[in-house]
Amino acid sequence: MNDFDFGVVTANWQFLAEGLRYTLQVTVVAMIGGIILGTLLALMRLSSIKPLQLFASAYVNFFRSVPLVQVILAFYLILPMVLQLFTGQPMPIGAANSAYFTFTVFEAAYYSEIMRSGIQSVARGQIAAGSALGFTYGQTMRLVVLPQAFRNMLPVLLTQTIVLFQDVSLVYAIGATDFFGAADKITQRDLRPVEMYTTVAVVYFIICFTLSRLVKRLQARIAIIR
Amino acid sequence: MNYHWDWLFFFQEADDGLKYYEWIISGMGWTVAVSLGALAVALLLGSVLGVMRTTPSRLLVAIGDTYVDVFRNVPLIVQLFMWFFVIPEFLPEKLGLWVKQELPYLVTAIIGLGLYTAARIAEQVKSGINALARGQRFAGLALGFTEWQTYRYVRLPMAYRIVLPAITSEAMNIFKNSAVTYAVGILELYFQYKQIIEKTSQVLEITIVVTAIYFGLAFAMNRVLAFIEKRSAVPGLITGGKGGH
Repeated sequence: MNDFDFGVVTANWQFLAEGLRYTLQVTVVAMIGGIILGTLLALMRLSSIKPLQLFASAYVNFFRSVPLVQVILAFYLILPMVLQLFTGQPMPIGAANSAYFTFTVFEAAYYSEIMRSGIQSVARGQIAAGSALGFTYGQTMRLVVLPQAFRNMLPVLLTQTIVLFQDVSLVYAIGATDFFGAADKITQRDLRPVEMYTTVAVVYFIICFTLSRLVKRLQARIAIIR
Repeated sequence: MNYHWDWLFFFQEADDGLKYYEWIISGMGWTVAVSLGALAVALLLGSVLGVMRTTPSRLLVAIGDTYVDVFRNVPLIVQLFMWFFVIPEFLPEKLGLWVKQELPYLVTAIIGLGLYTAARIAEQVKSGINALARGQRFAGLALGFTEWQTYRYVRLPMAYRIVLPAITSEAMNIFKNSAVTYAVGILELYFQYKQIIEKTSQVLEITIVVTAIYFGLAFAMNRVLAFIEKRSAVPGLITGGKGGH
C-alpha cells in the first residue's frame, strides 16, 4: 500500500474549506445562541417560580438524555411541519439551515448546566449585597451575579464549545456538507478514503488540541485567587 | 397541519416479513451489545491509562497523556471511520484483508467506541487517584507494599468509589454515543429509527418511541450503578453512605 496520493486533498481544498467554514459558522451561532438560551434556562431553574423550574429541568434533562444524531434528524424533519403549522404553507428549510437551530437548542441544555453551577458558585453574600444597594432581582443578576458566574465558568464554556465543534460532524446524518461531510463526499467520488479521512482527523486534532491548550492557559490566567 | 397519527403502524409488516416493532427490538439489542461491549473495553483500558498517568514514570505519563489528547480531540464519527476505512489499509496485507472481510463490524465498532470512551474514563480514574491524600501511598510503601500493590490494595479501591458518579454519567453517555455507529453499518436503534422513517414517514410516533427507549436504557444504567454506588460508598466521607451493612 504505497500508493497514497494526497493530491486528492490539495485538488479539493476549496470544497473542504467551504465545509470547515460551515462547521465554524454552526459552532459560533450555536455557541452564542446556546449560551444565551442556556443562561435563561439556568436562571429559570434557580428561580423560585415552580413552573419555570420544572420547565427548565425538564428541558435540560430531556436534551441530555437523547442522542444528538437523533435530535438532528428529528428536528430536520419536524421543524418544517411546525413551521407549516404556523404559517400555513410548506416551509422546506434544508439540512444546512436546520442544523443551526438544532445545535442552538441542544447545546443550550449543556451550557445551562454550566451556567447553573457558575451561578451557584457565586457567594450568597453577593446577592444580599445587591439587595442592600437597592438593586432589583434583575439588576442583581445582571450586574452582580452573572458577570462573576460567567467569568468563573468561561473555561468550561469554551471546553463545551470545543465539544460542540466536534459534534457538528454529526450533521452527516442529514447529509449537510460540514468539514467531515465534505471529505466524505469527495471520498464517495474519488474513492480515496485513507487520504481524506486521515486529513480530516489530523485537522480536527490540530484545531481542537490547540484550542484546548489555549483554554487551559486562559484558565490559569483568569483564576481568581481567593 | 394534517399529520396522520397512526400508532398501529408498529404492528404492520415491513418488506422483510418482520413487523416494525421487531425492527426496533432488534435495533435495541444491537445498541445494548455495542454499548456494553464498548463500556467493558473503556473501563479496562481507561483504568490502565488512568493509573499510568499517576505513576512516577515520565514515559508512562506521557503515553497516557498523549492517548487522552488524541482521542478527545477527534470527533467520534471520524474516529469510527478511521477504524473502519483507514487503519485496515496500514495493517499487513493479510491482516488488513481479514479485518475488512472476516472481522464482524460489531467488533470494530465496539473497539472504536470503546477506545473513544476510554480517554474519558482515564480522566476520571486519574482524578480519582489524585484526589486521595498522598499519605495513602506513603502508608502503603511504608508497609512494604510495592508501587503496584499500593494501587491494588490501597489507592484503586478508594479511587473507584470516589469517581463512581462520574463513571455513571459516562456509562449513560455510551448509549447515546453508540447511535453514531449506525454510520459504519451497525444496525442499531438509531439506524432502525432512520430506516423506519424512510419507509413509513410516521416521524412523530417513532421519535417518541425511540426517545423513550434511549431514556429507558440510560435510566436502567443509572439505577444499576446507583445500586453499586450505594453498596460501595465509603463510610465517613461527605458523599459516603452509612456503610454497606
